[in-house]
Amino acid sequence: MDFINFYLIPGIVLGSIYALGAIGVSLVFGILRFANFAHGELMLIGAYITYSLIQFTGLHPLVVLPIAMLFTSLVALGIDHSFYKPFRASKSTIVIVASFGIALMARSAVQIIWGVDQFSYSPGRIQMPMVFFDTLRISPKHIWIVSFTLVLMAITHVILSYTRAGKAMRAMSDSAELARLTGINTENVVKTTWVLGASLATAAGVFLGWDSHLHSMMGFYMLLPMFAAAILGGIGQPYGAMVGGLIVGLAEELSAYPWIGENPLLSPAYKAGVAFALMIIMLIWRPSGLFRGRVF
Amino acid sequence: MSVLSIENLSGGYGEADILHEVSLEIDTGEIVVVIGPNGAGKSTAMKAVFGLLRLSGGSVHLAGEDITNMDPAQVVNKGVCYVPQTNNVFPTLTVQENLEMGAYIRNDDFRPRLLEIYEMFPPLAEKKKQAAGELSGGQRQMVAMGKALMLEPTILMLDEPTAGLSPIYRNEIFQIIRQINASGVPILMVEQNAKQSLAVANRGYVLVDGRNRTTGKGIDLLNDPEIAKMFLGG
Amino acid sequence: MDSAQAYGYMLYFVSLMTMGGIYAIMCLGLNIQWGFTGLFNAGIAGFFAIGAYVSAILTTAESSSHLGGYELPIALGLVGAMAVTAAIAWLVGLLCIRLRSDYLAIATIGIGEIFRLILKNEIWATNGARGIAKIPLPFETLSEPWNKIGFMLLVLAVVAVFYFLIERARLAPWGRLMTGIRENEYSARAAGKNVERFRIEAFVCGSILMGLAGGLTAHYIKFIGPGATEPLTTTFLVWVMLIAGGSGNNRGAVLGAFLLWGIWSFSEVLTGRLPAELAVKAAYFRIFLIGLLLQVVLQRYAGGILPERRPTTAQQSVEASSQ
Repeated sequence: MDFINFYLIPGIVLGSIYALGAIGVSLVFGILRFANFAHGELMLIGAYITYSLIQFTGLHPLVVLPIAMLFTSLVALGIDHSFYKPFRASKSTIVIVASFGIALMARSAVQIIWGVDQFSYSPGRIQMPMVFFDTLRISPKHIWIVSFTLVLMAITHVILSYTRAGKAMRAMSDSAELARLTGINTENVVKTTWVLGASLATAAGVFLGWDSHLHSMMGFYMLLPMFAAAILGGIGQPYGAMVGGLIVGLAEELSAYPWIGENPLLSPAYKAGVAFALMIIMLIWRPSGLFRGRVF
Repeated sequence: MSVLSIENLSGGYGEADILHEVSLEIDTGEIVVVIGPNGAGKSTAMKAVFGLLRLSGGSVHLAGEDITNMDPAQVVNKGVCYVPQTNNVFPTLTVQENLEMGAYIRNDDFRPRLLEIYEMFPPLAEKKKQAAGELSGGQRQMVAMGKALMLEPTILMLDEPTAGLSPIYRNEIFQIIRQINASGVPILMVEQNAKQSLAVANRGYVLVDGRNRTTGKGIDLLNDPEIAKMFLGG
Repeated sequence: MDSAQAYGYMLYFVSLMTMGGIYAIMCLGLNIQWGFTGLFNAGIAGFFAIGAYVSAILTTAESSSHLGGYELPIALGLVGAMAVTAAIAWLVGLLCIRLRSDYLAIATIGIGEIFRLILKNEIWATNGARGIAKIPLPFETLSEPWNKIGFMLLVLAVVAVFYFLIERARLAPWGRLMTGIRENEYSARAAGKNVERFRIEAFVCGSILMGLAGGLTAHYIKFIGPGATEPLTTTFLVWVMLIAGGSGNNRGAVLGAFLLWGIWSFSEVLTGRLPAELAVKAAYFRIFLIGLLLQVVLQRYAGGILPERRPTTAQQSVEASSQ
């Protein structure tokens, strides 16, 4: 039972958060053709905007989430217009370096505006976990997070599979040149991608902040696991990213379980390294990911 | 007035020019084929129409309108549809979705057109929900052409439509090309398969080393001994 | 200006040149990897950290809180730092060299983070978050200011030595081959060159310099801990320095290092003069501005202040044929 309560469920929750972020990373990678090192910062901005909205309105984080998504999307569109658009025709390495810089700018902007203290969405309120069958303990928060993640994934699926904009995104991910030749307005597809990616990142940031707390480095800490998840799933395969996120989250949490004997398989201090290691193994062994995404 | 005309076009991808003052034109209802040895610049000439080339001179006119250096998306909006030789379908999208993307810039209900395309390419009707990347070469080519036809273009440009196809599919494609032309769409085609393509074409152009070499009626070029020499029965 | 103030300014200048020189060494290293060979190394901080800790461990006295007690001379400590960094870089290169730039960037930042995690968590060796202190400093037995000036001259000498070595290598067949591989990998392969081997060599050489810089920093500050190798500052600053100075050429690398370090350090002095509440935020504002500076440089001055002078193709073939 400890396994489920303290390892499996946190793994699923963390996996959901990674998955939401990884979908955005994967879409941007597939459509804009670069690894966005500032994606973690979109999560950060989304989480902090939500915090301010809560301060302002007193509403629950999930209620203000759509508004936060809107604001974060606007920020993402602004960043793309000013700092990424000039490099549409350039080598991806230049945009990556630029995104490094954007990550730092975004992080320091958050640090200037909100400071470096830790924040909580619901200070002082401790939720008692719900108990099932006398031993299964799940906090309501986790149920909300996982449920909402499933809802958001379902919405993403509908967008990608049934809307014209979503199909255009998948088309452009397949071949940007053919999309242009077909008459698809690729700049509009790019904008849609940012809105979708930023909205999902906002949700990921809010869920992470809600599950633990907010601090200005959380974007950076999420970045590599999200990349790992996206690469695991296959770049440009948003459904792969969903699975990849879950795998990375579970691997991270389960690595600390005492599988053999009494001590954790891996010292909890190295939890962060699990994602990195998974990613590097994937890159070397099978860069196209589990679901055969794009290899650059 | 010609539907599409290229006048003295020169240009290339990098610094060196591949095309040197190439001219050709297509009139209403024609099938025009461009043949020539490898590296002659045939595909390049087509890409030039679509603004995919760095042009150093010359012009492109569509029904009298100057479309030189226009953006691909704009050229498509004018009714020119181009089927490239490779990467001409979206592999992870289904056949149906590929056709839908073909109709992307249409604002009206394109479902009747979709049915027409399925009638023109019966094998596709059975594979609507299959990913285009999983189809055979010939079926993929059908998707590529069907996609381009969703817009009911004023002119259709095909880059080596039968490249790498088995003889059965090759014949079928040429049949379809005749069918499309019969429905009123002029076609500009680049082909390695000189013999078969000249047989269906009204007129042909021979390009060598990025320059015009000869032009004439399809039948005349077909029977020209010099051209036969160049293409050893191709 | 009275003599005390002048003295203060002189000491500040010495520190600028010292730290600027250390960054110049790192920039030269990154230039070998990125400027010459096109390898996107985003894990600079990792190699820096390795070099720093190795030199610290080799040169500090016996301690119960961390590995040490060898008390080797500083020169050997630095050589050790370079050797260990080289070995690890070689292993990393073997694993990762085939990765394309986007993926190499992600892989190297991940590897850098793993190194830093290990260094932070293997407390028996590194004393974890508390770090290793009392690291010996060259010339520290001299009186002020000569101890500081001495170290500065040492660093500058190292910069000069490596600058000349790398310039020599650049003009030699090895260097031209690197540029050839970067420009057109296919022809290089077709000519039978073992592209992977050369890339790994470039990666290792560059990493050695980063390890050396880490070692020098450890001695300079006399302390090394996980915070001192903050990836954001280290890795990012070096990248901005190289891009602003002019990647692909060594003069640009050195110029960029001193110039950007000057700006970075001086901005710290300026913001230190602000009232307390603003001063805290000022640190983040400086990072924001450096990030913005990078965007401006990338968009307007992509070649940097000293853009790389590429030989013309005719020149290249002439030079190549005379080998």
